[in-house]
Amino acid sequence: MSEQGNILFCGVGGQGILLASEVTAYSLLAAGMEVRKSEVHGMAQRGGSVTAHLRYGDKVYSPLISPGEADIVVAFEMMEAVRYLPYMRSDSKIIVNTHKILPPVIATGKMEYPENVLDKLTSRDIHLQAFDAFEIASRVGEVRAVNIVMVGVLSTYLPIDEQVYVDVMNERIPERFRDVNIKAFQEGRKLAVQTG
Amino acid sequence: MTTKSTDKLWMSGNEALALGAYEAGVKVASGYPGTPSTEIMENLSKYEGVYTEWAPNEKVGLEVALGASFVGVRALATMKHVGMNVAADPLFTSSYTGIRGGLVIINADDPEMHSSQNEQDNRNYAFAAKLPMLEPCDPQEAKEFLKTAYWLSEGYDTPVIVRTTTRIAHVKGQVSPGEKTGSSVTPGIVKDAAKFVMLPANARNRRKFVTERMKKLSEFAETFPENRIEWGDGTRGFITSGISYLYVKEAFPEASVLKLGMVWPLPEKMIRSFAEQVDELFIVEELDPFLELHIKAMGIRCHGKDLIPAEGEFNPAIIRKAITGEDATQFAPVALPPRPPNMCPGCPHRGLFYALSKQKVFVAGDIGCYTLGFLPPLSSMDSCVCMGAGVSAVHGMAKALGDDGMGKAVAVIGDSTFVHSGISGLINIVYNDSYSTVIIVDNRITAMTGQQPNPASGTNIKGEPAQMLNFEELCKAIGVKHVVTVNPHNMSETKKVLKEEINRPEPSVVISRAPCVLIPSEKKRVKIPYNTIRENCTGCKACLGIGCPAIHWVPVTPEEGAKLGFKEKQKGHSEISIELCNGCGQCAELCKFDAITIKEDK
Repeated sequence: MSEQGNILFCGVGGQGILLASEVTAYSLLAAGMEVRKSEVHGMAQRGGSVTAHLRYGDKVYSPLISPGEADIVVAFEMMEAVRYLPYMRSDSKIIVNTHKILPPVIATGKMEYPENVLDKLTSRDIHLQAFDAFEIASRVGEVRAVNIVMVGVLSTYLPIDEQVYVDVMNERIPERFRDVNIKAFQEGRKLAVQTG
Repeated sequence: MTTKSTDKLWMSGNEALALGAYEAGVKVASGYPGTPSTEIMENLSKYEGVYTEWAPNEKVGLEVALGASFVGVRALATMKHVGMNVAADPLFTSSYTGIRGGLVIINADDPEMHSSQNEQDNRNYAFAAKLPMLEPCDPQEAKEFLKTAYWLSEGYDTPVIVRTTTRIAHVKGQVSPGEKTGSSVTPGIVKDAAKFVMLPANARNRRKFVTERMKKLSEFAETFPENRIEWGDGTRGFITSGISYLYVKEAFPEASVLKLGMVWPLPEKMIRSFAEQVDELFIVEELDPFLELHIKAMGIRCHGKDLIPAEGEFNPAIIRKAITGEDATQFAPVALPPRPPNMCPGCPHRGLFYALSKQKVFVAGDIGCYTLGFLPPLSSMDSCVCMGAGVSAVHGMAKALGDDGMGKAVAVIGDSTFVHSGISGLINIVYNDSYSTVIIVDNRITAMTGQQPNPASGTNIKGEPAQMLNFEELCKAIGVKHVVTVNPHNMSETKKVLKEEINRPEPSVVISRAPCVLIPSEKKRVKIPYNTIRENCTGCKACLGIGCPAIHWVPVTPEEGAKLGFKEKQKGHSEISIELCNGCGQCAELCKFDAITIKEDK
């Protein structure tokens, strides 16, 4: 298994990126790795573009991923995937939720959402796996479980048993949300196998 | 009592600092919320046996901690970097009085200004106030250094500053819990005027003590195990501290590194000896050339800000590129529509700023979620400097412009910020008599930092009931004769009141009051979302003028428009995302065509 990894989570404040990165971090910890994670709180959380940097391995120093060094980018929103292009390199793996969230300039009709925005990545030969996680979460019965659908897809890229994630979610997610989140996770895994 | 566990915990730097305070036996802790320091006090409030509180501001917080120290218990004050400016007055003189129980100030700097108005480097305070400062590089060190700080504080009769930055405070890593220690000082009243009464005669004596203390601490720094050299190859040597140390280790794993756990005072002999044993010396530090200046003052040749940026935060690539020119970046950024932060759907501030945007006045703003009123489409803030500045500045504008400025400027300040630093400015407006108007945007909570209660909230840090400060009575007691309270969700009424009060030739206060949508009681409240009726929408875009994230514009082609029965001119329609709507009704008030209505529950 790969002993070193840099995972960049990006999206829009309020999409549950902190929980997604937290579940992933706990799963890596349970697998015995050193993990460091960096996040931003405060003003940036109010609907702005947000990231969480997660690094794991035998020994990790920097809590930040440097540009050009993300192994995996988990983008919770399509345009945000493209915003963090400088963190990618041609062999990065990109997981993209194609659900659009409109920033104020677009929501108010001043600008348009860029068409075929993911072409900016594919035209640079970057490998992507794109799907509508919002639709899957709705199907599972909880639109807020988008983040855990993303964790499910991400889990297929990491050398950790499915059960480790389930154990972490059993331990970390409040009971009333637990079953729906575990279902969202499993749907994410299934989807990854189908589209990967 | 001794508790010990070998199980590693997974914590943020702030959580680790709270654990460190608990393990160090802190008895009294006071602070004001401020990113990236807030979670220290929040987490500490959950431990048994330590009193915690949210103070109205950082100066009060530090003075509370100082008082606790004077009676012999271990005390803590927490603040963000700009909060240290507010607390600077007690800070400088507490350096002279020294302590009885250990006193530590945790100061959180914010390189890159993720959530701040400036990126000042507070290591300068340690130098200026003549105080020792420790700087951890990760959560584990944060906890250990805090405990060391108490030991130093009591050993050298000094307050100690522990400095973090955003990438310490909000980084998570593994932390080992440790033994619970405590102070050997016996709590109780001790009168010691020569030490605690800083009149000139006493202060001159204590001034000598401060010089002696810093000399002793400089000697201590030479043998302090957390000032350590990690020898590598001798071609490049790095002197660094805090988060920059981790970036250096990542960028130059083979190099020799002098890691400073204590950034003030500096171990001159150790630095000199290290410098002699490496071919080329680099000082790597975010923000100011603090170490560099003091090392250069020792007469040591080194590289620093000639190569490495003095602005913003670092990562390993920035340091590598600055020193070797290597750049691993493969792709440049592409231009995209920006995505700045925004007020939440249903935020009461939006209604106030919409009403205010119609007044064509200069809005002297302040620090909080409501600073986002600066952004389009509301574009209703014209200045933002520091906590309380708007209230004082609007009076200055009135005095500068005289009658010509009447009705042309207004101050906006949040409830927590008003308590923090706005009250004195309002007293000044009344005492020195200007026609200024102050709007208190009262959402019942300190929202931006994550919904901490304040003296006007009615609860304390633990969520227990507390005396609720009454703004109406307070303003009247100050001498403001015109105090009007409005509900900002009712924008037409708010607009009317604003017009009247802004043009009033006397001091006035408008309290714009409605709760933050993120406070627990509001989150629990069942909200009935609004809905758009497409047939009624004329595409006038009036509802988009408030910039609510729950409403968006749906453009349509002429063919689609014809099918939908739109008039030729209509280029699209508004649509509400029901899952985001909090049912505040602001947009419905703006719609003249009955296209926005309450969604009926079937």
